[in-house]
Amino acid sequence: MRNTLTIAGRELRSYFSSPVAYVLLAVFLALAGYFFYALLIAFNQTLTIYSMMRNPEVLERFNLNEMVIRPLLGNMAVLLIFIVPAITMRLFPEEKRAGTYELLLTSPVRVGEIVLGKFLGGLVLVLVMVLLSGFFGLLLVVYGNPEVPMMIAGYAGLALLAVAFLAIGTLISSFTDNVVIAYVGTLFALLVLYTIGWLGESLQGRWGDLVSYLSVTEHFQEIAKGVIDTKNLVYFATLIVVSLFLTHRSVESVRWR
Amino acid sequence: MIEVRNLSKRYGDLSAVQDVSFTARPGEVLGFLGPNGAGKTTTIRIITGFLPATSGTVKVCGYDVFEQSAEVRRRIGYLPENPPLYNEMTVIPYLRFVAKLRGLSRGEMDAAIDRVVQACGLGTVTSRLLGHLSKGFRQRVGLAQALIHEPEVLILDEPTNGLDPGQIREMLAFIRSLGTQRTVVLSTHILSQVLSACQKVVIINEGRVVVEELLERLTQDRSLEDVYTQAISQGAEAAA
Repeated sequence: MRNTLTIAGRELRSYFSSPVAYVLLAVFLALAGYFFYALLIAFNQTLTIYSMMRNPEVLERFNLNEMVIRPLLGNMAVLLIFIVPAITMRLFPEEKRAGTYELLLTSPVRVGEIVLGKFLGGLVLVLVMVLLSGFFGLLLVVYGNPEVPMMIAGYAGLALLAVAFLAIGTLISSFTDNVVIAYVGTLFALLVLYTIGWLGESLQGRWGDLVSYLSVTEHFQEIAKGVIDTKNLVYFATLIVVSLFLTHRSVESVRWR
Repeated sequence: MIEVRNLSKRYGDLSAVQDVSFTARPGEVLGFLGPNGAGKTTTIRIITGFLPATSGTVKVCGYDVFEQSAEVRRRIGYLPENPPLYNEMTVIPYLRFVAKLRGLSRGEMDAAIDRVVQACGLGTVTSRLLGHLSKGFRQRVGLAQALIHEPEVLILDEPTNGLDPGQIREMLAFIRSLGTQRTVVLSTHILSQVLSACQKVVIINEGRVVVEELLERLTQDRSLEDVYTQAISQGAEAAA
């Protein structure tokens, strides 16, 4: 445990003592802020138009959760597909390039501690990112009246999604000593995971069901609707645990005869 | 104590190390000699548990590197060919990081860091970024890192690489002083360094050990250079 925290701490310090963490946070928040602004303007315009028509029944049906928060969460999920690989791409390749990988693997540290430490380091950065984006939700609570529990569920879903992405990125970065390959490989995996649901709609029967189940979008959207179902939690937990387990095997494999 | 027995390492069809055996005893600095690409680094990486061997055994302080890897790793201090430094860290936090990985307690840590900073002459650069240090200082921080847990066995892969003559002499004197209590393996391809720091010589060529002998006996009636040249050319003939 101590070793895990030591490694996580170093990982985290290396993100924050270089511009990496700040640039990633700034890019993510700037784009998310832009999406938020655009959605809010659109919401406002729709509201103005319908209120001019003096149709209170239709007006009732519009709400911030449906028209701002959910699309915003969806957009931030897409942003994470591009940002998370930038967080994970350096985890293993940088060590392999600098030769510090030799230091880690010849220290009396278990492989599991190395993997978990690196994952935890990235986890903190990713959670800070999601937490800071909670500012947009907070603005809506202050100036509007969204359904707060549903909004919190949505953010929890986004955090789960980010952590699952992080685990996948950790796995893929352990395969290579090249940051570009780690980035593009993770981007590829995340995009496939995100869009595989499209196939589920056209495929029939068992295959269609399987593909829909694998799609990260379905599970994320259900949570974003406020439905925190065990099925969805199990899906994300499985993704995270399996990825980390495979990372462990991948790191350990250098010691196999 | 390091005992290497019939060690072989193959990468597919390529054989990097073949049937290598030698022993290094406590209180002894063993000079591990050989031309570039002879298999020195591969052998060292196997001893430190970084790479697995294809066959053969390595025992460090009586523990098998493959079966009791953690015990071995606890007892070895290792300076790889390129010092394993995190360029964005400064010297003290880096040494603290290594000390933690090495399992030093909070109480021991400060004393240990002071000791290696002193011993390796890092007093003037403690707050510098590792990435900004000169090659000589990087090498010294690498050595400090390897010494922080007072290991019984010290393995140094070309520690004088990139140092200037003055620094080389200092480094060798330091290594000689370390060897009085420990088992030290000093890998190099520079003969004069072996003469000034080592008691025992192992020469490896094309993945095979061609000489294992005490330096004294080896250089009784001829120079180390002759021994080396002959050993290397013999190896080449045997291979042909």
